[in-house]
Amino acid sequence: MAESRTMTINMGPQHPATHGVLRVLLELDGENVAKSEPHIGYLHRGIEKLFESMTWRQGLPLTDRLDYTSGVSNNLAYCLAVEKLLDIEIPRRAQYLRVMMAELQRIAAHLLWLGTHALDLGAMTVLFYTFRERETILEILELATGARITPSFVRIGGLADDIPDGFLPRVSEFIKDLPSRIDDYETLLTKNPIWKRRTQNVAAMSAKDCINYGVTGPVLRASGVNYDVRKAYPYSSYQDFDFEIPLGKNGDVYDRYLVRLIEMRQSGRIIEQALEKLPTGPVSAVDAPRIVPPDKKDVQTDIASLIRHFKIMQEGFEPPVGEVYASIESSKGELGFYLVSDGSSNPCRVRIRPPSFINLGALPAMIDGVLVADVVAAIGSIDIVLGEIDR
Amino acid sequence: MDSRSAGNLLKEKFPEAVAGIEEFRGEITVTVEAQKLFAVMTFLKQSDDLSYDMLIDLAGVDFPAQKLRFTISYLLHSMKFNNRLRIKTMTAPGVDVDSVCALWRAADWMERETAEMFGITFKNHPNPKHILLVDDFVGYPLRKDYDVKGPNFDRPFQVSLEE
Repeated sequence: MAESRTMTINMGPQHPATHGVLRVLLELDGENVAKSEPHIGYLHRGIEKLFESMTWRQGLPLTDRLDYTSGVSNNLAYCLAVEKLLDIEIPRRAQYLRVMMAELQRIAAHLLWLGTHALDLGAMTVLFYTFRERETILEILELATGARITPSFVRIGGLADDIPDGFLPRVSEFIKDLPSRIDDYETLLTKNPIWKRRTQNVAAMSAKDCINYGVTGPVLRASGVNYDVRKAYPYSSYQDFDFEIPLGKNGDVYDRYLVRLIEMRQSGRIIEQALEKLPTGPVSAVDAPRIVPPDKKDVQTDIASLIRHFKIMQEGFEPPVGEVYASIESSKGELGFYLVSDGSSNPCRVRIRPPSFINLGALPAMIDGVLVADVVAAIGSIDIVLGEIDR
Repeated sequence: MDSRSAGNLLKEKFPEAVAGIEEFRGEITVTVEAQKLFAVMTFLKQSDDLSYDMLIDLAGVDFPAQKLRFTISYLLHSMKFNNRLRIKTMTAPGVDVDSVCALWRAADWMERETAEMFGITFKNHPNPKHILLVDDFVGYPLRKDYDVKGPNFDRPFQVSLEE
């Protein structure tokens, strides 16, 4: 029997650089990857099934548990889909606040990614800087939503509440500082020769391959494809804002890093404009009394509002029969919800299109033939969150 | 070409395969016979007037009351024309559906997930294994007749110590 040249090893599921419980089965030829197969599902909670046993409203907190680094984005994607199904108009103030929070969340998610990605590749300092800024964002979000990770603040029909006093000044203070903070991270990495050697020309993917694998988000844009849901299918009045979509050229780990850094700067620009142009008015749809619960004050003083409150909480609402797909550009890529309604108060089917799941599908193609050490760089550069992959 | 004209073009090109075109909230859905699915999908991807080069999403839906109880819904995106088109096809348990992995590699994992969740078999799939569920999982969780708690909800997990 001929001696086998390759060796099979497990990377994960308990490995610090797999960002959760991801197991990659690596077949190694010397120090190079000959074949690889990601194994997922360790975090599978059956969220899509759980949705079917709840009313449309009750399902919302489940979305927080998908990509747990960007709760607001997940809430937004789900609410947009349900609102599309119901065909209701959201007040402009709520739309702008949604944009503001989703962009804050994008910066927070990218900061978490940057810190851990650099940590994976041996640059430990970056983590302490990025977590400082991420903490500021989480505190700002906590001020409005009451939660750091699981906000459930974006609701079907608008927002849970208007923003509290002191929210806007804190956002604007943070945004003023942000560019100089990003400059700091860049000093640590962008021209760092070690960083460049670990990331340039590593795990590159061509534009054609990315499209064929369905890859979205910064990974796709690093390959030079101009596809961003915020521009392609604008939602929540993104068309009112002036921002650019950064594109890479080589599609390698370094370009993905650059794209995400510029994205953070652009998010800052969007938030700045949202602060400037923030309209006044209600934060929940006013013409949808069967969907948006009445004001707390009315519930305690007006019997009709009390009845309406209980009807919405217990029975929910019944959208028309039909199916819709709505998606947003989350920090990882295109996060979509495909909803099928049979006209009852529970969804017939909720399909989540998780960007991480589909981006991870391209990992075997990305790491074909690379060194084992570069597998870590590749996984980090896709920016996966297992909560979203396994659902 | 926008998605509405794309639907009409399909109807013209494959009159016997296209069962209907619907529009709901601005989204176009074309229902296609399962036997003709692969031919239609190949045309959608390769035609220069359509060039649906990206498979965004693939989802199964279960309608137990229907004779063909499973609906598989494909969402396509065209980078060139920036529009989306949904293709739907129906199938019954035990009737295979052609895999579209040969056209879009994105379908690989999504078909594996749909297969294990609904018990639909995709013909010519390169790697037909479970993906989210364990290999020896029994049942199809996203079918409507599968209880949300599962049949062994209150029993401890089976531990298999032998290989």
